[in-house]
Amino acid sequence: MAERVLLIEDEPNIAEAIRFILGRNGCEVFVQTDGRDGLAAVARLQPDLVILDLMLPGMGGMEVLQNLRMDPATRNLPVMMLTAKGQGRDREAATRAGVSAFMTKPFANADMVSAVRALLGAS
Amino acid sequence: MPFNILVLSCLTYVAFLFLVAFVAERRSGRGTLDFLRSPLIYTLSLSIYCTAWTFYGAVGYAARSGLEFVTIYLGPTLVFVGWWWVLRKLVRIGRQQRVTSIADLISARFGKSNTLGVIVTIIAVVSATPYIALQLQSVTLSFGVFASDSPDGWSLPDHASTGAWVAAGLALFTILFGTRNLDANEQHHGIVMAIAVEAVVKFAALVAVGVFVVWGLSDGPADISAKIAASPIADWDLQPGRWTGLIFLSAAAVICLPRMFQVMVVENADEQHLARASWAFPAYLFGMSLFILPIAVVGLERLPAGANPDMFLLTLPLSEGQGALAMLAFLGGFSSATSMVIVESIALATMLSNHVVMPVWLWLRPASAQRGDLRWIVLLARRLCIAAVLALGYAYYRMSGGSAALAAIGLIAFAGVAQVLPALLGGIFWRGATRTGAAAGLGVGFAIWAYTLFLPSFGPGAVISAEVFAQGPLGLGWLRPQALFGTTGMDPLIHAVFWSLVLNTAAFLIGSLLTFPDPVERMQGAAFVNAFDDEVQTGPLGWTRGQAEPEALLIMAQRILGDDAALSFFEAEAAAQGKQGYLPDPTPDFVAALERRLAGSVGAATAHAMISQLFGRATVTVEDLLAVANETAQIMEYSARLELQQDELSRSARQLREVNEKLTQLSVQKDSFLSQISHELRTPMTSIRAFSEIMTEADLQPAEVAAYGRIIHEEAIRLTRLLDDLLDLTVLENGSVQLNLEMANLGQMIDRALAASCHIRPERSFDIQRTAGSEEVFLKTDADRLVQVFINLLSNARKYCDARDPVLRIVARQKGGRVMVDFIDNGAGIPKESQAVIFEKFARLSDEARAGGAGLGLAICREVMANLGGTITYLPGQRGAAFRVTLPLRLEKREAAGAA
Repeated sequence: MAERVLLIEDEPNIAEAIRFILGRNGCEVFVQTDGRDGLAAVARLQPDLVILDLMLPGMGGMEVLQNLRMDPATRNLPVMMLTAKGQGRDREAATRAGVSAFMTKPFANADMVSAVRALLGAS
Repeated sequence: MPFNILVLSCLTYVAFLFLVAFVAERRSGRGTLDFLRSPLIYTLSLSIYCTAWTFYGAVGYAARSGLEFVTIYLGPTLVFVGWWWVLRKLVRIGRQQRVTSIADLISARFGKSNTLGVIVTIIAVVSATPYIALQLQSVTLSFGVFASDSPDGWSLPDHASTGAWVAAGLALFTILFGTRNLDANEQHHGIVMAIAVEAVVKFAALVAVGVFVVWGLSDGPADISAKIAASPIADWDLQPGRWTGLIFLSAAAVICLPRMFQVMVVENADEQHLARASWAFPAYLFGMSLFILPIAVVGLERLPAGANPDMFLLTLPLSEGQGALAMLAFLGGFSSATSMVIVESIALATMLSNHVVMPVWLWLRPASAQRGDLRWIVLLARRLCIAAVLALGYAYYRMSGGSAALAAIGLIAFAGVAQVLPALLGGIFWRGATRTGAAAGLGVGFAIWAYTLFLPSFGPGAVISAEVFAQGPLGLGWLRPQALFGTTGMDPLIHAVFWSLVLNTAAFLIGSLLTFPDPVERMQGAAFVNAFDDEVQTGPLGWTRGQAEPEALLIMAQRILGDDAALSFFEAEAAAQGKQGYLPDPTPDFVAALERRLAGSVGAATAHAMISQLFGRATVTVEDLLAVANETAQIMEYSARLELQQDELSRSARQLREVNEKLTQLSVQKDSFLSQISHELRTPMTSIRAFSEIMTEADLQPAEVAAYGRIIHEEAIRLTRLLDDLLDLTVLENGSVQLNLEMANLGQMIDRALAASCHIRPERSFDIQRTAGSEEVFLKTDADRLVQVFINLLSNARKYCDARDPVLRIVARQKGGRVMVDFIDNGAGIPKESQAVIFEKFARLSDEARAGGAGLGLAICREVMANLGGTITYLPGQRGAAFRVTLPLRLEKREAAGAA
């Protein structure tokens, strides 16, 4: 059964790219463009992995992450954080908030695939 | 009695006095001063008020004018009983200021003015001259009385040469007595002791003659009373005006007479002695006056009609064959004369040497303040002054012919010294008294006294011609010497006293009120008037300027005080400073103390001048004080400048802090801007990279290739536009933008903008509402830039207006040389909290439709409008999003530059 990946990303082109890459590698990818909608989708879809953009409309990526980590049901859900800012400060904050992996935009497709595989394999 | 025996007795008596003085001096040198410093000695020394005039003259006065002689005793009695507090204040001030004479006191009070010292000295010397002449006359007369009785031995020379011998003898005696050494504090214990002995002798002599007259020549007090009642003396009617005048005059004299001041203030050892003297001295005067009337009455009764009543004290015992009693009376008179002459000439010599000779000497030989022994100069000056004073007295005696009655001459002297009274009392009780006022009062009073009393005393025609007496100078009747301002019929003495003192006081008051005291005067005035306030800083002006070597000060002090006294003083001062040896630091306190100490020897003004010279200056003048004040002002100015600088510094620091904060803020903004740019650049780059990898790696359907290629292209354009915007913004912010000013039609520009923005979300159909008429206006501006702003606003409306049937109103208006164009849509508008930030860079409110750009649009619009001399603002309360663009109708280059 294919792993279910929930991608919360407001840039449609980037979402399309990730959807294509992970889909080609056997994942079922669901896309949400709003933080709040994305959080709701986690409960609904029960994904194996969440890929979360840092800057989101509705609710910021960091807030979504904190919400996931507070909920016992999703406390151990692997979450990959995506950011275009690429600043160390964001990475530290995300690590403290309990992020599983961190990916800086732009990324090499292969890195994305192997990071996702690592997260899915560990869970 | 043989004249030679008489002379021998005098010499023996003088030798005895000398011995008394010498022993007293020795004892005071050893410090056994208890007896010398007793109130009794002080009171007895005050008895020099009773001179030969009082001794001999009072009897004559009584014989001529009845009880009027009592006024001479009443004045001092009233002062000592009723005005003792004035005397106490004088004594206190004298001790505090180490005053050496009345001239020194006046000089010190009015700012250490030597001019005033000189004026008072002149008044004192001129007034004292007839008084000393009086003593010469009485001694000469008494010699004459005895000599006329001598059949053999030395024959009495004529009166003139007797007077000369007496004057010379007295001068020698006084010089030997009074100037043996230069005391540090001008106290003469030996002389005080000698005059106390003389006071006892003259009292004893008068009482002895009185007892002889009452019980020897009469049958006791009852008989005498009957004789007095029967004599013409009892018929003398009392003249209230003259009595009042005389009582006042003698009261003034007892305060102002130089010799009285000398014994009362300068020689005073203890202020408490004054308390005893306040009753003991009046008692002495009472005793002295008790037998005057009996002697006068009996003398008039028993002696031939032509006999000089001034000599009754001698002629009565002689006529009764009482040689020994006559001798005692003679010695009493001799004592009265010598004690007065000694003290008076010492007082005058002190004044003359301190206020006239020494200043002149220092002025002639400025270097001598620092070099050479000054003590012998001071001593020599005093000796010469004593000789000069007696020579003047003798000259007056010769000029006035020696004929006038003793009492009349004495009253002239009293009236003269009384001129000092207004300045003296004003000086110690009124702080407003000034040097100018004192000088004016003294000058006016002295001049009137000389004109109305002193010069006329030589007799009509002697100094003032008879014509002036009768007609006034130049025929001005109101200036007649004895009828000033037409006041005829007054007693000449009372006339002179009245006018001189009234005009003196008036001049003193007016002069004081019209002038302003200089700083030294003010300080001294305060010290004098508030002499009883301990907290008031008394003593000489502090030395705050200049520098003097302690050695130089010591050398100068040695010259004036003597080696031992100077060394012990310096040693004590050094010890007080906690130093070993003889050289204290020249602190202001020490120099002030030294000046006080020197003032005791040479007077305040001279001491001040000498120390001034050591400090490199001639005198402390108003200019000096102004210089001090100026320096203070400079320091204050300097400190004000420092404060100003401090203010400037703190202002600079504040500015720096503000700039720093701004820079920090800018740095934060720059970091945030870079971070945002990074984000904006990375986002399209992410898509481009991902899809380009996909396209090179994967086997794709042609449709996919086309779609992904379009995405890459789209994102590349987005990147390019972002870079363009950034560059544009930088140029606009720097003000280095090149404006292309031209005339353009507003309507046409809006048309261009509408056409350029319609490709944004072309699926949405906008209802554009325009005010066609008001758009028909030509603007001088950069049309392309303005259109850029319009496009931006229209694009935003197309992108963000969420109304179902979107409507956009474009309203143009013209007002006061400016044009306003509003763009109002019917969407949700911008939330209030966001309105403030929409013009900031990267202030994109929502990441939803980002096709248009990276949130730089409105920031660019703001910069463009600033460059066009206009503004762009958000209009709240229009229901939809509403922007107003305002710009000038005619943009001039200067305005554009200014806006940048």
